[in-house]
Amino acid sequence: MWRRSASFILDQRCQHDAASSPKPETLYLSPPQTESSCMAAFADPFNQNPHPNPNISAYYQTRAAHTGVVTNDWLAQAQAAVGRHPDDIPAPEADLGESDSGKPFSVTQEFNNWRKQPDLAEAVAAIRALAAVIRASEATTMMELEIELKKASDSLKSWDTTSISLKAGCDLFMRYVTRTSALEYEDFNSAKSRLIERAEKFGEISYKARRIIAMLSQDFIFDGCTILVHGFSRVVLEVLKTAAQNKKLFRVLCTEGRPDRTGLRFSNELAKLDVPVKLLIDSAVAYSMDEVDMVFVGADGVVESGGIINMMGTYQIALVAHSMNKPVYVAAESYKFARLYPLDQKDMAPALRPIDFGVSIPSKVEVETSARDYTPPQYLTLLFTDLGVLTPSVVSDELIQLYL
Amino acid sequence: MEPRRAPRTVIDPKVRHVGFFAPGAPPERSVSGPPDPVAAASSSSPPASDLSPSGNSLSPVMIPPPRHSSADHVLLSSSSRVVPFPPVPASPLRRDSLAIAVGGSYNNPSEYVPAMSTTVSSSYAGKMVGNAEFADDARGSSVKVAAASSSFPSGGFDLTAVKASSVPASGLTTVSVVKTLPPGITETIVEKVGGSVEVQNDRPASSKPLKEKTSKAERRALQEAQRAAKAAAKAEGIKVPASSGVVAPPNAKPTKATKPTSQKNDNTSVAAFEKKGGDRPSDKDRKKDAPHPRMQYDDKTRVEKAKRRAVMKQTEARNRVELFRHLPQYEHGTQLPDLESKFFQLDPVHPAVYKVGLQYLSGNISGGNARCISMLEAFQEAIKDYSTPAEKNLSRDLTAKISSFVSFLNECRPLSISMGNAIRFLKSHIAKLPLTLSESEAKASLRSAIEHFINEKIVLADKVIVNHAVTKIRDGDVLLTYGSSSAVEMILLYAHEIGKQFRVVVVDSRPKLEGQLLLRRLVGKGLSCTYTHINAISYIMHEVTRIFLGASSVLANGTVYSRVGTACVAMVAHEFRVPVLVCCEAYKFHERVQLDSICSNELGDPDILSEVPCREDINYLDGCTNSENLQLLNLIYDATPSDYVSMIVTDYGMVPPTSVPVIVREYRREHIWV
Repeated sequence: MWRRSASFILDQRCQHDAASSPKPETLYLSPPQTESSCMAAFADPFNQNPHPNPNISAYYQTRAAHTGVVTNDWLAQAQAAVGRHPDDIPAPEADLGESDSGKPFSVTQEFNNWRKQPDLAEAVAAIRALAAVIRASEATTMMELEIELKKASDSLKSWDTTSISLKAGCDLFMRYVTRTSALEYEDFNSAKSRLIERAEKFGEISYKARRIIAMLSQDFIFDGCTILVHGFSRVVLEVLKTAAQNKKLFRVLCTEGRPDRTGLRFSNELAKLDVPVKLLIDSAVAYSMDEVDMVFVGADGVVESGGIINMMGTYQIALVAHSMNKPVYVAAESYKFARLYPLDQKDMAPALRPIDFGVSIPSKVEVETSARDYTPPQYLTLLFTDLGVLTPSVVSDELIQLYL
Repeated sequence: MEPRRAPRTVIDPKVRHVGFFAPGAPPERSVSGPPDPVAAASSSSPPASDLSPSGNSLSPVMIPPPRHSSADHVLLSSSSRVVPFPPVPASPLRRDSLAIAVGGSYNNPSEYVPAMSTTVSSSYAGKMVGNAEFADDARGSSVKVAAASSSFPSGGFDLTAVKASSVPASGLTTVSVVKTLPPGITETIVEKVGGSVEVQNDRPASSKPLKEKTSKAERRALQEAQRAAKAAAKAEGIKVPASSGVVAPPNAKPTKATKPTSQKNDNTSVAAFEKKGGDRPSDKDRKKDAPHPRMQYDDKTRVEKAKRRAVMKQTEARNRVELFRHLPQYEHGTQLPDLESKFFQLDPVHPAVYKVGLQYLSGNISGGNARCISMLEAFQEAIKDYSTPAEKNLSRDLTAKISSFVSFLNECRPLSISMGNAIRFLKSHIAKLPLTLSESEAKASLRSAIEHFINEKIVLADKVIVNHAVTKIRDGDVLLTYGSSSAVEMILLYAHEIGKQFRVVVVDSRPKLEGQLLLRRLVGKGLSCTYTHINAISYIMHEVTRIFLGASSVLANGTVYSRVGTACVAMVAHEFRVPVLVCCEAYKFHERVQLDSICSNELGDPDILSEVPCREDINYLDGCTNSENLQLLNLIYDATPSDYVSMIVTDYGMVPPTSVPVIVREYRREHIWV
């Protein structure tokens, strides 16, 4: 229903543009701006979250458009038409020249461009957008640059305040880039180039994280095992893809993933790899848990306690798995480590998502529209991250070392 | 009282009691049945040993205490039929280990024969090793004497009766009579001991040839025993003049005479050390012998040493609970006037430190942060007035000085872990002072370092904790807190200030009722509060949404060491799935690991438990407190397992309990703790 909304169509059109021309200049045709600062760009309604609907988190507003069941296939075709892998698109560089030449540079815009690549995680898109900010910056002092970067990351974060990986990615980028001896260079330009170098490196690391995780987790997938998967996680997909390429024989149970049918998409992907896959409705998890050998989930965010915040339903799957002594593995890139510490389910900003029940709901009936839940660390077995295979308690260790 | 102790004489030194004991039982039995020579003679027969509680409660972990029965028969006939240990067939091995046990460092002979350590010549102490019979007899006889004394009303002490009962016993028995008798008659008996001991010394010869087959552990134990004996002999040699002085003046200790029953045998020796207070050891010596914070108080050698150095005369409590015997416990309320009167004799202790010590002692300053801050401020004061003596190095001399202060404070009240950390910081700072600094510069640097520590690690840390913790308070919450924690109080007040709507449940417990103070302050600021005692915790927990607790320390395994009762609150909260937030500054973290509340704890005044202030009508335990069968246990702290803790709020943010070692590690490396 909401996929048919104007935002969906608009997004689709944007995607058409993005796919057909690597330089989506049309998107820059925003009303004239008085200054080129990112904050001003952000204040501009066009660059903001296109449909600031208070009931739907920005992530779910646009992400569905990018990666909807239909969109995915369609996008593949579009990419084929372009004939290039989206990651090779030197879009930012092209944009750079323009914004240097007086065009307003918008970090949110940049971010949205990057985000349109289905394989690119939100946080990585943010990291790349921030790297572009450094490149496009006209600051002449280090302090100025830092303030500009800070503003950019703030505006990115406020684009979707409920997104954990976005916030974590921005924070980590700031940490990684600014915590460097580069700031002691005497020459501003060399310092800036050093920053850019670091930013690129961080983007590269983040981009490769998924590969690393896939390699690490191969030891845990054994022949003849049955894996339960919940939600559409690109990391988990990569893990299973690699396992299939390594000629491992395994079976996957996919939950349906209501309301946005992420499980359907996932099973679709797996079927393409010739992996035996079986779909379950979300409520059949406990029923089929006895034939499951391990549970594999991704994560929206990994919090300080070592628990994860993930798509609604992860918590109950973890509970069931825990009570049946099945291992629960989480595949998550380290840029999803967030300095958050929810004490219980309600102790975080809820990400809302509309639910299509197929029939009209009486107005007096309230609908729980929260899209995520929090799984406490005691129900998780291991976390596969690009830092290695970690127990939940190590997450806090890593976070303390990163932030203190 | 003494029979409780006796079993420990013959326990293998490596073994600790595990499990629960009913140590007070033997006297009761000896009261009911008068000593029966026949039964005693056959003391190795099962029925007799069955009576013994220690025999019954032998847990699987305990090695049955060795006992050389054959050699004891003659002597035991004179002792009571209460034999604390089951009979064990005599074997060369056992006999050997028994000998070790007697002289071993864990079971210092002086525990059983305190008079000996002060009155008997050093040559005797050297011979103690291997003198199995002696210890056995001492034990047996002490049982008997205690039996005699416990049959009298606790208050009145019939000296003649005691004497009568002890005289028929063998000459040896008098040794332990000293322990239980009021000081008035000690001298005479002690003199007897001197004589009788000499007679017994030739006995151990018989046990020597049996030593061939010894296990490694036993050889090691033997070695230790010899070493200990040597050390003891040395100590004796030093002590002789002072201790002989004890014997002579009969009424030198008026305080003792007033409460004879509560006196420990140790008092004679304590008094002895007191007497030579004039030649108080130098700072350097004090430093060497400053009681280790975790000194095991059932290790008599160490305790004796510490006492010799002690400024304060502490009277040990009588009925200590067996499981907690390694902790220091003293009679409360007796030392203060004594210490006050000694003010002018104590030159090594700076007045500021002295004042703080007295405040600790009287309980005027309590709470981890308050104690730590007042201690550091006193040290600042002391450093200000400090001047390096000629031909001395500032850093060394000052460290020794601080150590002497610390040992003084430790005597007043055992140091908390936070204070230990602060002291460690200060000492490392002193050690790191560059040699080039002049004295005034060094002092200024130290004082500013202390100032910095107080500001940054305590005051500022609390502010950060408040800011973190407040984010976890939502409108409509019901917050529960236990006892009175300064950090939690600040959090609640701040949350109220910024307009959060919440309710507070203050849970409290006897005997300190610290929660009332907190409650008073909270209500004064207009928070809506509920006050209840810990008995109602399971009732009130239904409505609670968050628990905020303070902590004395957080240990490396995530265990929270805090006011007794905290573990109970946390456990109930865990059961009700209520998140438990522990607020603790990072300077209180410690790298130690602790699994229970037994190994390290503090004992409060046990008498407070039995009396209810202002309610004469319900003081049911009046008079029972002197009973040998009643042990009152007033623990100050307990250990909360990390499973019950959802989050620890520190100045480094909110971390799970599993991350405490990370904080400790990072803190040490990056920050001021060297």
